[in-house]
Amino acid sequence: MATHLDISQISIEFPTAKGSFKALDNVSLKIEKGEFVSLIGHSGCGKSTVLNIVAGLYDATEGGILLDGKEVKGPGPERAVVFQNHSLLPWLTAYQNVELAVKQVFRKTKTKKEMHEWIMHNLELVHMTHAADKRPDEISGGMKQRVGIARALAMEPSVLLMDEPFGALDALTRAHLQDSLMEIQKDLNNTVIMITHDVDEAVLLSDRIVMMTNGPAASVGEILHVDIERPRERLALANDPRYVDYRTQVLTFLYEKQRKVEPIHAASASTKTKTAKAAHA
Amino acid sequence: MILPTLTMASVKEKLSAFSFKGLLLPLFGIVMFIVLWQAGASRVHTSLGEFPGPVVVYEQWNSLVAEHQRERVKEDKFYVRQEERIAERQAKDPSYEGKLRDYTGKPTFFDQIFTSLYTVLAGFGLASLIAIPLGILIGLNRSVYSALNPVIQVFKPVSPLAWLPLVTMVVSASYVSDDPMFSKSFLTSMFTVTLCCMWPTLINTAVGVAAIEKDLLNVSKVLQLNWVTHVMKIVIPSAIPLMFTGLRLSLGIAWMVLIAAEMLAQNPGLGKFVWDEFQNGSSNSLGRIMVAVLMIGFIGYLLDRVMLTIQRFVSWDKTQLLR
Repeated sequence: MATHLDISQISIEFPTAKGSFKALDNVSLKIEKGEFVSLIGHSGCGKSTVLNIVAGLYDATEGGILLDGKEVKGPGPERAVVFQNHSLLPWLTAYQNVELAVKQVFRKTKTKKEMHEWIMHNLELVHMTHAADKRPDEISGGMKQRVGIARALAMEPSVLLMDEPFGALDALTRAHLQDSLMEIQKDLNNTVIMITHDVDEAVLLSDRIVMMTNGPAASVGEILHVDIERPRERLALANDPRYVDYRTQVLTFLYEKQRKVEPIHAASASTKTKTAKAAHA
Repeated sequence: MILPTLTMASVKEKLSAFSFKGLLLPLFGIVMFIVLWQAGASRVHTSLGEFPGPVVVYEQWNSLVAEHQRERVKEDKFYVRQEERIAERQAKDPSYEGKLRDYTGKPTFFDQIFTSLYTVLAGFGLASLIAIPLGILIGLNRSVYSALNPVIQVFKPVSPLAWLPLVTMVVSASYVSDDPMFSKSFLTSMFTVTLCCMWPTLINTAVGVAAIEKDLLNVSKVLQLNWVTHVMKIVIPSAIPLMFTGLRLSLGIAWMVLIAAEMLAQNPGLGKFVWDEFQNGSSNSLGRIMVAVLMIGFIGYLLDRVMLTIQRFVSWDKTQLLR
């Protein structure tokens, strides 16, 4: 299969008070259509930076992004992003949040009625039609993230970018949403890049797991093909030797090969990528 | 049998707790104030007699109401007289076209309130029309902010009394018309109010706009929203809470500034009423001024409540504590 998304030798430097800080060094990754790729690595390794460059929110200092052979610059709805903390507009209902995206993307190609059906269809996908007229502060964290996913899916992106989409949720809600995502993926077969720091999540959802080395100047460490047929069943996999093996490989990479050499208190404090980045700088 | 009684009791308890805090305590505060006021007032002697206590103020309020009613009756009679006269002349000479002259009696206390109210609303409205768009612009663009900030910071603390002579001169020089739509005194008061009260709205709007969550800005970028949609759908809603904080501060300032401007410039309104009574120096004057003082306070309070109601209606953040 031809390469759908080509992340080609990207490096990025951020100017800081103490001179420039190289966050990524020569990151390359080719992704095929319909592939689900996870980026995993320690906090502050630049996973989110990679995603932001693909999304067009950051500009790579060197290298670039090719989508279907064409270089992309700047953000756009064909690379929809699901943000970690949902990022719904708090003054709009779930329906209106999705509507904003749909109107923007399909203004010229869909009629009013078609847009309405498309919005409802996407809310249906994430099982949120019952709360379509609720505002974000009236629904739970998991529900907000569902609406965030619906909004991204509604843009019909050629690549769906997910920045730790379930990171802020409790374990049960997270599992529930992962199942939902697999169900949606079964039908839509989107190309997905997902940032995660959850090893189980990565193995369960991905076709490939890209393990990143620690920053500064982080790069791709190892790539693991997860060769487990779909649909995958969380419970059945728990004792599957292949699953356990993949899991061990990722854990080995994270905790032996790329062990964080940071004092414990700093490591536990730097749960957010940004704080960790600051600590490195 | 026990359960219903218990719930009834708890409901009663809640009710009484509510009315205690919501009604009894404020009432207690007001009564205490009136008692202290009465006690204090009788001890203060001025050349115009005792400082007005609550009883005197109440009497003066009644006399102001009566004065207003008398004036209205006079006005009605004035117009009736004119119409009769015109009709009389038209009976003799059918080609005669009568002209009704406006009543030019002395404005009453309530006329002055009305004048002040529409002047303050006009001044505040104009200030908001300037300050909100400008605030959005400043909040969106750091360069505009850097360029305008020194000017804003210098003009913000200027007292209305300093602006007034300049505004008066500019208005009388530039607003020359044989049949003016607005009186010059109205324009002078209004512009003074505008100049003094626009700053809190301007600054708070700018801060509100600049403080938009980065994630929401990213959403806007990913969606490639155009500038207008970006401002309408993301910037303004997100700045609304702070914008209203600014608007309420502005309206409060506008009302205070207006009274001062009216006093100094002798422009019609409550400020002029106070000044006239002071110059009048009758034994009733202090009582009447006190009526005006209370009225100014009460109207200021009402204006703020109106803004609060609008804010509650417009704001998306229903969890925000507004008071």
